[in-house]
Amino acid sequence: MSKSIVNEDFHDSAKLHVTGRAIYVDDIPVPSSCLHILLGLSKIANGKIMEMELNDVKKMPGIIDVITAKDIPGKNDASPIFGDDPIFAENEVIYNGQVIFAIIAETLEHAKIAIKEAKIVYSETPPIITLAQARHKETLLCPPKIVSRGDFSSSIHHSDHIIEGEIVIGGQEHFYLEGQAALAVPKENKDIQIFVSSQHPSEIQHKVAAVLSLALNNVSVEVRRMGGAFGGKESQANLPACIVAIAAQKTGKPCKLVYDRDDDMRITGKRHDFISAYKVGFDANGVINALRIQHDMRCGMSMDLSAAIAERALMHSENSYYIPNVEFIANLYKTNTPSNTAFRGFGGPQGMLAMERVIDEIAHFLKLDPLTIRKRNFYLDNKNPMQKEQQTPYGQVVKDCIINDLVNKLEYSSNYLSRRKEIERFNKTSKLIKRGIALTPVKFGISFNKLMLNQAGALVNVYSDGSVYLNHGGTEMGQGLFTKVRKIVASTFGILSNNVKISATDTNKVPNTSATAASSGTDLNGMAAYLAAFQIKERMAAYLGHLYQCESSEVIFSRGKIIIFDEEKMTFSQAAEKCWMGRISLSSTGFYKTPDIYWDAEKGEGRPFYYFVYGAAVSEIVIDKLTGESRVVSVDILHDVGRSINPSIDRGQIEGGFVQGLGWLSMEELVYANDGTLMTHSPATYKIPAFSDSPINWNVEFYKGDGNIEETINRSKAVGEPPFMLAMSVFFAYSHALASLKESYPSLNSPATAEQLYFTQF
Amino acid sequence: MTEVTLTVNGKKYTQNVFDHVLLSDFIREKLKLTGTHIGCDTSQCGACVIHLDGKSIKSCTMLAVQADGCDVLTIEGLADGDVLHPMQRAFHENHGLQCGFCTPGMIMSAIELIKGKPDITEQEIRQGLEGNLCRCTGYQNIVKSIQEAAKNENNLTNR
Repeated sequence: MSKSIVNEDFHDSAKLHVTGRAIYVDDIPVPSSCLHILLGLSKIANGKIMEMELNDVKKMPGIIDVITAKDIPGKNDASPIFGDDPIFAENEVIYNGQVIFAIIAETLEHAKIAIKEAKIVYSETPPIITLAQARHKETLLCPPKIVSRGDFSSSIHHSDHIIEGEIVIGGQEHFYLEGQAALAVPKENKDIQIFVSSQHPSEIQHKVAAVLSLALNNVSVEVRRMGGAFGGKESQANLPACIVAIAAQKTGKPCKLVYDRDDDMRITGKRHDFISAYKVGFDANGVINALRIQHDMRCGMSMDLSAAIAERALMHSENSYYIPNVEFIANLYKTNTPSNTAFRGFGGPQGMLAMERVIDEIAHFLKLDPLTIRKRNFYLDNKNPMQKEQQTPYGQVVKDCIINDLVNKLEYSSNYLSRRKEIERFNKTSKLIKRGIALTPVKFGISFNKLMLNQAGALVNVYSDGSVYLNHGGTEMGQGLFTKVRKIVASTFGILSNNVKISATDTNKVPNTSATAASSGTDLNGMAAYLAAFQIKERMAAYLGHLYQCESSEVIFSRGKIIIFDEEKMTFSQAAEKCWMGRISLSSTGFYKTPDIYWDAEKGEGRPFYYFVYGAAVSEIVIDKLTGESRVVSVDILHDVGRSINPSIDRGQIEGGFVQGLGWLSMEELVYANDGTLMTHSPATYKIPAFSDSPINWNVEFYKGDGNIEETINRSKAVGEPPFMLAMSVFFAYSHALASLKESYPSLNSPATAEQLYFTQF
Repeated sequence: MTEVTLTVNGKKYTQNVFDHVLLSDFIREKLKLTGTHIGCDTSQCGACVIHLDGKSIKSCTMLAVQADGCDVLTIEGLADGDVLHPMQRAFHENHGLQCGFCTPGMIMSAIELIKGKPDITEQEIRQGLEGNLCRCTGYQNIVKSIQEAAKNENNLTNR
């Protein structure tokens, strides 16, 4: 790209959102023949279905049909990869909340009345709910995943000190405001169109085709937008899409399914909860020589994306630190709970939290500031004159490191050191109120672990009036992807964003797409769209150059005009019309694949990430010793977004990601009863951050660097996931406050709820 | 079935509804005004906030028959043609939204909150909107939007 793209475009749908005219799946106008679906869920977590009597349901008014596993023409599977997620439970029930049948009714009201007539008799088996039970029964889903380097076992004996410990890390419900939703519309000759709230339209297409025994070209999937997703609509949208497809094919009518909040929370998977046990060897200065972390993960009843999540957890377990001898292990345990799934960070947060815990405990042991320990273990910056090649434990050279510089700047701007001293003085005299402060770093790898997924396509049409139509494989979930990609295309043609229409993601327009995930949406789709637009621009320039007898490189597209030798020749619209009349193709696809990445899964080595994103945060908190109640007083963030395409949108991602991370680490608590019932199945009991939970004083800055060292679009950096982990600073600020209340290390577990903070002081 | 008559966004509707139908469902399903969103069904998230006789309420907390004879304003009735209400404009221009699902409820709640309070403080906004959840933004830009709209309080009351 010749010029840098920076703009402050408003969200492409902002006007629609503020007027209530943005269409989500449940808002799509449907014919009056559209049928509505209600799901029958298992009330036990483990056992056999002995009897299922649904005829009385069918006889109720307004009921069209009741479907079960027997009604599936093809495969009874909604899983993303491993074929182990039944759409309907067949004989066996494997979690409380599992779908057993679906009522198809004229209205949802009819279905809600009729569902009471369903009779299911189960034969129960004691379920495996907790990680402790899973460990005891050794219910491993697959062999342990391992990332290692050097020799942990022998080198740890050369360390001055050794610490062992464990941290319990809770899961997290996505709580996208819009629940899972899907609508199927049968078309002629078995074709079917699916509208769904999904991050992965192509996977929906695959699953629906397999379920209905159709070819992929019979199934089209459209996603205009999601009301939030956060990873929770990467694989979890498959199930509702498959069910509406089966229902629509069977009845020949459009069928719609929208999970209500309770059903959504009971059915869908969440962020994995971990128990991470560590053993670390270090010298008198706190420099780590050897580290072993074993992550035990609760995966739920199937694989889903757990293997990839485990790998990302392992690849982030060293966070920003160079550690010569490491052994990171992940055990993937099967339990009779919903199948845990992708969630912003994808295992990275858990891996990094365990590492930061190790640092925090070393500092406590050595009676040093944790920031000192952090700095002594950082990877070297790429501008460090001492620079020697440092590799991650999985063999990737860290060549873009800026963490030292970034942390130094933040330490200075946030006044961290003097504040920490002042807080420690305060804590010595304050009996009931204790304060804490911490600075934590983030280094997050960008690219899908699975090489194949790092590809994207786009379609750009320029019409003869100069208006532009854009389609690409990425999906919009609120993150501003469409706004950014539209701007990239507009800049390529030198026109304003509002002359480019961005359209719903559609498998008929751009095929074989990857999930919009791994923070890679703009990197992949932005580049594909740029390449599509660039090809059209080159054709236009060549033709106009021919008309005006100049080189195509002398045809400039700027401010909606075509400029040749400093003279405005025509508007972009006129140019489009001229090219059309001159029989120039004004439509192009673009295709992009991330270069230079590779991964050897056998050896656990390679360059899985195109680049790393860095950031750091300082958080200050205050807690009440008597109740455990706490507040986040102040947060300072310095984050690297490269050369931002849209600073306002990037800032929004940082703020939103941080607060979501804060929720995960401080208030969002998932509680399963012994029988596998999710006790926290609504916002009445599951608390996500509200207005007054965000920091009182908040300062977010972008790191001023040279942009991405890799050739990403505009040299920007991905921003979706990394800021989530900045919230670790809040967790370790709690740890700091608690350290003033006891002699031994306060082994705080997550989430640091009031109860957790209260009891950890003893 | 009970006959209810209510005015929605200035237009009078008379409809027969089941007694158990929630006002939120009535607005979405019967009147096809889908800007009012349903996020939790249990009066916690605030995505379904509308104005009933000038007061903001969670429309999933109320039965349609209870609104008989009332004057309802939904997000769709806020703008004057293409001219946005100052609160809508403030959300639009301050990036007060990401996925947009909570936005209609936020705007409807915020309009009532700032009535007569041009100098509303950040803390008042945060406390006043505890009943509206947003999962995307971290709330900063929403607070900023509302503060800006509050400053234009005079414009609001003049409309």
